[in-house]
This record gives sequence, C-alpha cells and structure tokens, in this order.
Amino acid sequence: MTTAVALPPGAQLTPTKGDSHLLEVSMGPQHPSTHGVFRMDVVLDGERVMKLKPVFGYLHRNHEKIAEHESYLGSMPYTDRLDYFCSLTNNWAYALAVETLAGIQVPERAEYLRVITAELTRLQNHASLIGFLMQDMGASGTPLMYAFREREKILDLFESLTGARMMCNYMRFGGCRVDLPAGWLEQAKKVVAEFPRFLDEYESLLARNEILMARTQGVGVLSKELAINAGVTGPMLRACGVNYDLRKVDKYGIYDRFSFRVPLGDHGDVYDRYMIRLLEMRESVKILEQALRDLPEGPVQDPKTKIRGFRPKPGEAYGRIEAPKGELGFYLISDGSPGPYRYRVRPPSLINLTILEDMCLGQNIADVVIILGSIDIVMGEVDR
Amino acid sequence: MLEQLKPEIEAAVPGARLEIVTNPSVSGQHSLLIDAEHAVAVALFLRDSPRHRYDYCSNVTGIDWPPLEVSEKVKVKKLVDGVETEVDELRTTESGDYLEAVYHLYSMEKKHGPVILRMHTEDRAAHVHLPSLTPVWRSADFQEREIFDLFGIVFDGHPDLRRILMWEGFVDHPMRRDYVEPDDYEYEPTAHDEVLHRAQHTHGGAA
Repeated sequence: MTTAVALPPGAQLTPTKGDSHLLEVSMGPQHPSTHGVFRMDVVLDGERVMKLKPVFGYLHRNHEKIAEHESYLGSMPYTDRLDYFCSLTNNWAYALAVETLAGIQVPERAEYLRVITAELTRLQNHASLIGFLMQDMGASGTPLMYAFREREKILDLFESLTGARMMCNYMRFGGCRVDLPAGWLEQAKKVVAEFPRFLDEYESLLARNEILMARTQGVGVLSKELAINAGVTGPMLRACGVNYDLRKVDKYGIYDRFSFRVPLGDHGDVYDRYMIRLLEMRESVKILEQALRDLPEGPVQDPKTKIRGFRPKPGEAYGRIEAPKGELGFYLISDGSPGPYRYRVRPPSLINLTILEDMCLGQNIADVVIILGSIDIVMGEVDR
Repeated sequence: MLEQLKPEIEAAVPGARLEIVTNPSVSGQHSLLIDAEHAVAVALFLRDSPRHRYDYCSNVTGIDWPPLEVSEKVKVKKLVDGVETEVDELRTTESGDYLEAVYHLYSMEKKHGPVILRMHTEDRAAHVHLPSLTPVWRSADFQEREIFDLFGIVFDGHPDLRRILMWEGFVDHPMRRDYVEPDDYEYEPTAHDEVLHRAQHTHGGAA
C-alpha cells in the first residue's frame, strides 16, 4: 500500500496519458525568490514550464478606496507604501497628478530637489535590483551586500533630508516639504561622485561572468511588439530596444534641462535587463551631477498653494512619471470636495507582470525565478 | 485634437456613436465616449491607423457612478387664481447609475497622447457588460480583471476573466461607492480542507 503524502494547499498531481507527467506546482507565496507574497501556479513537464499563472492579492488593502476617503494631502504619506523601495518617485507621481489637476506651479529649487531625490531613488532601486537578481541566480549574499552598501549611503541622505529612510513623504503639491539641511549638498555630491566606482567594480566583477551570461543570455526573451502591446514600461521595455523614456517623451518637471542618454537593449533577455539597469545608473549619475551643480536658491514650496483644506475644481487628470520600475501614473477625478472622487494608481509592477507567462513558457523552472527577478516587482504596488 | 479625431473615427467605423466629454479642469485632458457596440472597431482603428498608432494602452480603470438626484429650486411663472405669479418649484434631475471604464492611450511610435476613451454600462446591476479591449491591447488584461473584481464590470471577450486581487468566492465589488465593509474579516476560506480531503482519499486514505 502506498503512503499518502499531504500536499501543500493548491498543489495537485495531475498524471496525463503517455509517459510524460505534467506536474502542477504552486511556487510561493512564502518564498524569498518571489520578492514578497506572490505565487505562481506552474505546470511543469519535467523541468520545462508548460503553463504559468501568477496569483496575487495577498497584500491587497484597497489603497484606492482608502485614498478616496482621505483628503488630497492625506494620501501623500500612503503613496510611500506602494513601491516601498521608491517612495520619493511615488510622491512625485502623485504630486504631479494633483498639480496637473489643479494647475499648480512648482518653484525652481523644488523642481531640482525632485530630480535629485528621484534620481537617487533610481540609483538605489537599480542597485538593489541587480543585487537581488544575482541572489536569485545563486550568487548568495556578497553581490547583494555590495549593492546594499551603496543603497545605505543613499538612504542616509534620505533620512537626513526627510526624516525617514524609506517612507519619505517628502513632496507636496507645489513643491517639497522641507529644504536641505546643512551639509546635505556636500554629502550628496560625495555619494554621487563615489557611485561610479561601485558600478565599475560591480561591472568588472560580474558583467562578463560566465555563470551570469550562461544563466541570463537568451533567457526570458520578450519581443518588441509584445512588450509594447502589453504595456510593459521602464527598463523592461527599453531592454527590448524600444526608445520610450518618459523623462524624454513627456519631459515632466525640468528633465529637458539635463543631458543624458537612454540606454537600449538588443535582445530583450534577462541579461539585457540586467545591463540596462547598470547603464541607467550611469545616466542617473550624469543627471545628478548636473542637478547638484545647478541647484538654484529660492523657496521649495509655492506659498500660494493651499495644501491643507485643498479643494481642486471639478475635473480629472492623469499624471505619469518614469519611476524606476516603469510608468507610474495617478488618475484623479475631483468633484470639488476635499478628497478625490476617484483615485487610481497605474502600477508598473502589476502591468509588467502581464507577460510573465509568455516569457517563461518553454524555459526551465529555475529560470522562472530569474525572469521574475528581472521584471523588478514590489508587491506593495502590485497588490495595492 | 479630439475634434479632428472624431470625424476620422466616424469615417473609418461607420455607425460609431462618439461624444466628446469635456474636462472642466485645467489639465485639459478631454475624453471620447464610445459606444460598446463599436468599441473594438474604434480601438483597432486607433491602434492600427498609420496616422495615429495608439499602440500603447497605458491605464485602464473603472469608475462607479451611482444614481444621483440633484434637487434645485427653480422659479417658475404660474397662474395662481388667474394671476400670473412667480412660484418656487423643486426640480430633481437624475444622473449617474452606470459604471464607466476609462482607457488612456498613448503612442510609443509617434510619442503622442493621451487619447482617453470612455465606455458606459447601461446600469449598475443587470446590464454591466462591456466589450473587452484586451484582444487589442494586452496591457488591459490584468487591469480589466481588476475592474471586474473591484467594480463588477463584465468584459465580454476577455480571455481569462477572474478575480485578481480579492479571493475566489468573494461576492461583492469593494470599489463601488455603496459597498459596505463586513464587520468581521477573520474568516477567509482557504483550500486547506479541500486539499486535505483529496490527500486522504486519493492514495488509499492513509494520511
């Protein structure tokens, strides 16, 4: 008599005809490689992926509904919790949507501070992402710690500026909450000046690493056409060779004043996505050098903007920015009351997951982890 | 811009009923209300026409408009006892009572946009069907599922319309304005009992 094995919830063995056996595996939700509470129902033939359905919602708290019961200002700290790696870009996207809705002008110095904090956010997000990606590939610990060492320096800057390392809650409609503390600019210039050294080091250690190339080249290939049609944005899209960066297309804020390039990939595989992040960090350093050099004096908040008790005129607006993970947009409808009638977040992490199955079909199960890692998702934003 | 786009669509999709919805806000993002019947044809035209090439559907979302009665006092001239006098009369206008789906389209090729498409359901209870635009833009896939989950719009033609954020077996649509939260969130069904039952009965019942 056979002994029955208690299967984990969601898993089931499905024998099929012939000598091949399809195995249904529930990957996640409690596994470090899924980057949060995220599950994939995978059907395997041996090690090959035949079907993959992402399952999420474990972190769902209906962010949008909560925001519709809040004032406009009240949602600002809550946007930090969407993509908790990049609270400053979340703040910016929301502030931009409200400013589009109400036609608020932002002072010069605040625009520069926004660019500086957003590009620092991009640096620390991409640095951690490539660290995590190496971790997913089995390079346990060291590459991630190298990346986190750099991230820590940037988080220290955030802490001294905003009072929080990750939940920054820094931007306001019409500007930023506080001005720079004494010595911050010098410290930031130092961090930015030292950053290329980390990139050189990382690149010389890993970019031509044989295991990295064998595991990532030709894996998880995404075609240009599918990427566009599926609304993939950010480094994922540019790794496929599509030149679409909102900093260049929309030129929101003052991005038209900086000279930087948009790196593009060739093959749309995991390796390209990895390299795009490294190259984007170099461009971010360029932007930061220019912004830190040109930062003008002046107020950081338009004194005419009413932040508390703010009631925009009825209407709607969609504001979007190039967040480190892709296009982050906020869609707001005002009915003239103190809170938004409709508040919608366009989460890049969620929409970039649409093509996860397409990229994984026919790949090995071990590659699923890398492909997922190369998308760069944060469950706080996927589930909202 | 929509003023020029509208006749072009009407020429390309005969019978399409379009209406420009003006946005009173300073953002100036006006939108185009399209009818459900011709929605897919309009979407295909916007995506494929070489002049427009709206190949990228960025944001898809739902909005709930519950029935709204606006009462206002109107002065009306009436004959009272043969004398014409001004009388206050209460007039109520009804609006709303539909669900709306909104699509923000951009063009990655031409780098322009947005064109905002809107669709209305007939009401909020029995007739909540809209055509899915997922066959036109894959990016609508998860977002239409989210609208189905949270607002309760049923997208006909969607390849895999299931709940996405709430669990299977959840009944209501939390993003509707009249949704009432339950007092108790403690119990959420899991597959545990079902799986245990299967494990006990598939292999000779020796679990």
